[in-house]
Amino acid sequence: MASRLLALWDWFDSRMPSVAEEWRKHAAEYYAPKNFNFWYFFGALSLLVLVIQIVSGIFLTMNYKPDAALAFGSVEYIMRDVPGGWIIRYIHSTGASAFFIVVYLHMLRGLLYGSYKEPRELVWIFGVLIYLTLMGEAFFGYLLPWGQMSYWGAQVIVNLFGTIPFVGPDLALWIRGDYVVSDATLNRFFALHVIALPLVLLGLVVAHVLALHDVGSNNPDGVEIKKRKDAHGRPVDGIPFHPYYTVKDTVGAVVFLAIFCAVLFFAPEMGGYFLENNNFIPANPLLTPEHIAPVWYFTPYYSILRAVPPLFNSQFPGVLAMGVAVLAFFFLPWLDRAPVKSIRYRGPYWKGALAVFVVVFLVLGYLGVKPTTVWGQFADPLDILDTKDRATWVARVCSILYFAFFVLMPWYTARDKVKPVPDRVTM
Amino acid sequence: MSDNQKVDKTRRNLVVATSVVGGAASVGAAAPFFASMLPSERAKAAGAPIEVDISAIAPGELKVYEWRGKPVWVIRRTDAMLEAIRKSDPKLSDPKSEVLQQPAYAQNEFRSIKPHVMVVVGVCTHLGCSPQEKRIDDKAEMGADWLGGFYCPCHGSKFDFAGRVYKGSPAPTNLVVPPYKYLSDNTLVVGEDKKGA
Repeated sequence: MASRLLALWDWFDSRMPSVAEEWRKHAAEYYAPKNFNFWYFFGALSLLVLVIQIVSGIFLTMNYKPDAALAFGSVEYIMRDVPGGWIIRYIHSTGASAFFIVVYLHMLRGLLYGSYKEPRELVWIFGVLIYLTLMGEAFFGYLLPWGQMSYWGAQVIVNLFGTIPFVGPDLALWIRGDYVVSDATLNRFFALHVIALPLVLLGLVVAHVLALHDVGSNNPDGVEIKKRKDAHGRPVDGIPFHPYYTVKDTVGAVVFLAIFCAVLFFAPEMGGYFLENNNFIPANPLLTPEHIAPVWYFTPYYSILRAVPPLFNSQFPGVLAMGVAVLAFFFLPWLDRAPVKSIRYRGPYWKGALAVFVVVFLVLGYLGVKPTTVWGQFADPLDILDTKDRATWVARVCSILYFAFFVLMPWYTARDKVKPVPDRVTM
Repeated sequence: MSDNQKVDKTRRNLVVATSVVGGAASVGAAAPFFASMLPSERAKAAGAPIEVDISAIAPGELKVYEWRGKPVWVIRRTDAMLEAIRKSDPKLSDPKSEVLQQPAYAQNEFRSIKPHVMVVVGVCTHLGCSPQEKRIDDKAEMGADWLGGFYCPCHGSKFDFAGRVYKGSPAPTNLVVPPYKYLSDNTLVVGEDKKGA
């Protein structure tokens, strides 16, 4: 039996050797640094969540109807009448939030260990493109249940494009395909969500991994393992990705899935953060819900949007600030002028700046899910720049700090006191 | 590139010409796909004017009608509401309605043809949410100096009963007054005015 199988494999391999070749190149003989730690789980987990989303998404489309008159009902039909439908829907909605959790942690890993620095600029750029595509994918998907939050969220985001000077209103009309968010909008968002962006996403993931495997993985020490090779030309501090990291990532996947299932079974709506309460009400174009907020993963940027007051009778400056806040990540490899990669060998400036950035990102995220009145108002004499809301002022300070992290980076990273980096990785 | 002479210029020019023509063809082929995302003829036809009977609207009451898929508010304003509008002036960004968010016949103190009847598109000029009515006596919620008007739940923009925006709101301009005309004392047409616009 075994020899039959081997013969079959030989038959296959002699006709298509590239399968075995790619396996060796990207797994069995891809040498990754031996000192990966906890933070290195999140790349593999992102891939796992992508698979979960694609599989659950395919089965959702079997019962979902992209029609303004039928969409809300078809989602409820999936939840109540389709066997197993409820869990497939919750897998997909929980997966969306899980995707952003693992991606944000994956990005933070990049910041901690300088994984975007030379020679990995392209790896980072493909990564930021994946993040942008993911935001689009999440936004298009959120309209599909055609609930109140779907509808008004789409209304607000499409109108963001409407604020662009000169072309804005026509652009918004083109995106919607109607004068308001309507059936035409729902239909095209469905097309973009289930086929266009997933294809882009898969292409970008391939590019991200290929670019990574060409230059090799970074590690918590920020040491280039390719600089020291043994007699066979293998990095002395490297171990083959398979079986070492496939096994390690399997452990991570098991722990992740245990947490994922706990959310799925006990808190699929996560108290209104993963699935907002207002989305269980059908979309009503004539009535905006009392409190409207995007899903949690967009809220840091949403806070920046709200914090910028209108200038010259236009809200475009706020929209611009929000866009720049996302796009700033692209420039990180060139803004960071430090000679070392990892935070282990960086000085106090970088450590302080990164800590402030993480706190600011979380505060902006928190404020974005709350109304601007959440922390009350200043007393009358403190009515500055036309608002008394304390939360708006905190958001303004945080927005400035957010941009300062990027704008001042060439300055503070070049002046930081760095420690000597060891020749080889430490364990 | 030492063998520059060996380049067959005719062949190269043919390759360049083919590429240019091919590129132009690709742009042409993209046009119908781009155009298919514009509003369809059916969507355009749905933007017709609507007729509104205002006799049933009580003083102080607001009724919502749908025009081009957007909420249009018709409010029969009381004298107290008109008085509050006068008092709001110093708190507003554009008290004289200088930004053209209304037809010329509504560019006046109360932004309407008849002071007691307000017609306005109930869509916030910030990012398109629909503001909520907050009456003059909603002071507990809106603050002691509240004069009545509208509050947008999305980003906290405030408007008076003439749809004029408060200073410090994220919304940059006053609410839009749609084109409208009276057919009789109690019948309005929204979406069309005397010019036939």
